[in-house]
Amino acid sequence: MTSLTTRDIACTRGYRDLFAGLNLSLKAGDLLRVEGPNGSGKTSLLRILAGLAQPAEGEVLWDDLVISSLDSDYRNQLLYLGHKPAIKYELTPRENLTFAGHLADFSDRQSIDAALEQLGLYGFEDILCAHLSAGQKRRVALSLLMLSQAKVWILDEPYTSLDVAAVAFLEQQFQRHLESGGILLLTSHQPVGRISGHLRSLVLPELSLQQVDV
Amino acid sequence: MNPSVSQAFMAVLKRDLMLSYRHRNELLNPLFFFVLVVMLFPLGTSPDKSLLLTMAPGVIWVAALLAAMLSLEILFRSDYEDGTLEQIILSPHPLAMLVLAKVVAHWLVTGFPMLLLAPLLGIFMYLPEQGIITLMLTLLIGTPVLSLVGAIGMALTVGLRRGGMLLSLLVLPLYIPVLIFSASTVDAQLANLGISGQVYFLCAMLVLAITLAPVAAAAALKISIE
Amino acid sequence: MKLPAIVHKFSSPQHFYGMAGKLIPWVGWACAGFMLAGLYLGLFVAPADYQQGESYRIIYIHVPAAWMSLFIYMVMAVSAGIGLIWRIKLADIIAHDSAPIGAAFTFLALVTGSLWGKPMWGAWWVWDARLTSELILLFLYLGFIALQASIEDPRNAARAGAVLALVGVVNIPIIHYSVEWWSTLHQGPTVTKFDKPSIATSMLIPLLLMAMAFHLFYVVNVLMRARVQVLKREQNSRWVKEIIDHECE
Repeated sequence: MTSLTTRDIACTRGYRDLFAGLNLSLKAGDLLRVEGPNGSGKTSLLRILAGLAQPAEGEVLWDDLVISSLDSDYRNQLLYLGHKPAIKYELTPRENLTFAGHLADFSDRQSIDAALEQLGLYGFEDILCAHLSAGQKRRVALSLLMLSQAKVWILDEPYTSLDVAAVAFLEQQFQRHLESGGILLLTSHQPVGRISGHLRSLVLPELSLQQVDV
Repeated sequence: MNPSVSQAFMAVLKRDLMLSYRHRNELLNPLFFFVLVVMLFPLGTSPDKSLLLTMAPGVIWVAALLAAMLSLEILFRSDYEDGTLEQIILSPHPLAMLVLAKVVAHWLVTGFPMLLLAPLLGIFMYLPEQGIITLMLTLLIGTPVLSLVGAIGMALTVGLRRGGMLLSLLVLPLYIPVLIFSASTVDAQLANLGISGQVYFLCAMLVLAITLAPVAAAAALKISIE
Repeated sequence: MKLPAIVHKFSSPQHFYGMAGKLIPWVGWACAGFMLAGLYLGLFVAPADYQQGESYRIIYIHVPAAWMSLFIYMVMAVSAGIGLIWRIKLADIIAHDSAPIGAAFTFLALVTGSLWGKPMWGAWWVWDARLTSELILLFLYLGFIALQASIEDPRNAARAGAVLALVGVVNIPIIHYSVEWWSTLHQGPTVTKFDKPSIATSMLIPLLLMAMAFHLFYVVNVLMRARVQVLKREQNSRWVKEIIDHECE
């Protein structure tokens, strides 16, 4: 049973509410795309769902248990990529992924090399990430999508800096993930194309409150 | 400790050491600072042997506190800025253990070299051989406490724009017991009095710090990344 | 650990605002009463000290102020801890508002300690064990206040402050003991040795009256500040808007 739900969560910035009374219910195979203008709380929502931020009110539940009490059991199921690079520029792609693997229990060299190759980084595995282009840096982080066993993917603007081939690869990974029963949440300014399955969309209104049930 | 936690601990430790190695030039700065501060004292007071000898343990230890504090930036700043700190926090392992790994790496590249510089500084301040050995013993036990307690302060301020001065306000009062006991240990040794009581107390502080500081720092990190 | 629902209801900001408003006048007058009684007895009625003459009378401010400085830190840390663990906003507010009051008492203890030292030692400051501990405590307060001031989001500021205050609480006995140790090593001057031998009843009573007065002063002050903070933090809720509309008529 895979379900990610929220109960009346609210988010505030300063003394103002960004959203309140938000109820989401996501099951295996669901993709939720969060849209809205800048400042509407998309990133905050994703961070709350990842457990990085606490909601001002309400709770996030994984399989009907509050994630703060689940702690590492939830984090085991989770892959989050935010705006920040999530890799160290002073390490090579291979070193970065090996480290990530030690934290997440996938560390054999072959799968790491295979992932890097799939993302068009063959030949760049041992070059310091500082010397890679913006798109290449982004692709190192996205290699985690191939390697991770996580059931919940929360991605903030995953399309940033990607060329057409990388976007295609990314959406392939999304498809694979959804078909194997995973949940995917993302924000993006462009529509998610070429994916079949249960696609839903949440539009966060700008700085006003609405009861939203998705 | 189940196998994957110790694996994660070692991975973080090795990664941080590797990163420090790639920044090895920057690591020298706190050490230069350490030596410079001690040098300033004879220049600011007088080169009189008995005066410097009396001041020696305190001066060297104050310089050690300040150098340790300056070096705290390397603990979390870079990871915070490139998002790898978030990834570490989101990993399924107890954050306190991973923080401890980072602190161990930090001490190995900051506190431990200060220990090795102690004989030089002892000579600057006319410390006799036995005094230098005692000084090194206090640095051995005390500098890890500085790294551990400093980690709490760094974790609290890493998300702030100009956290540097605030860090010193938070951390220096907490360093005072280490300063008092370490300096007085060396003083006692120079007066040929027993030092075992003070050394045990320093060890007790170290044990307390190892147990509690990583937990506090982990809690602080989770708050800072919000 | 879940708290019973009644605790949440009782500690709701709105409920607190009303209750505190009613309590403040009572506590305020009680404080004034105790203060007058304590000052009268301490400054005029209690006999002069055998050794120090009239100048000792400053203990009637210094000692209670020092007690308050520690007591308030404990309240602040416990309150912040409660706010951190059970997410009770009122606890966050009480911790936040107790800090400046605690710092003020610490400063008062330092100034009165210094004034006491002048006739005794001829110097405006001595590195006495208690004064030194109070000085370090002042910095612990300042660190807490500065940390909370530098974080914009009130909830995060409360949580960060809580971690710092709890770390501080663990450190206070260690710092106190270290400073005592340091002081005995160097046979430093003691200004504040007044509470060790048994103290005469005629001197004890005004001391206790002043202590009570200072406690009530703290309560009044924190209630007043907390009411303001509650309004500020709940400014978007309906009950606050109603109060503001009502006041502006």
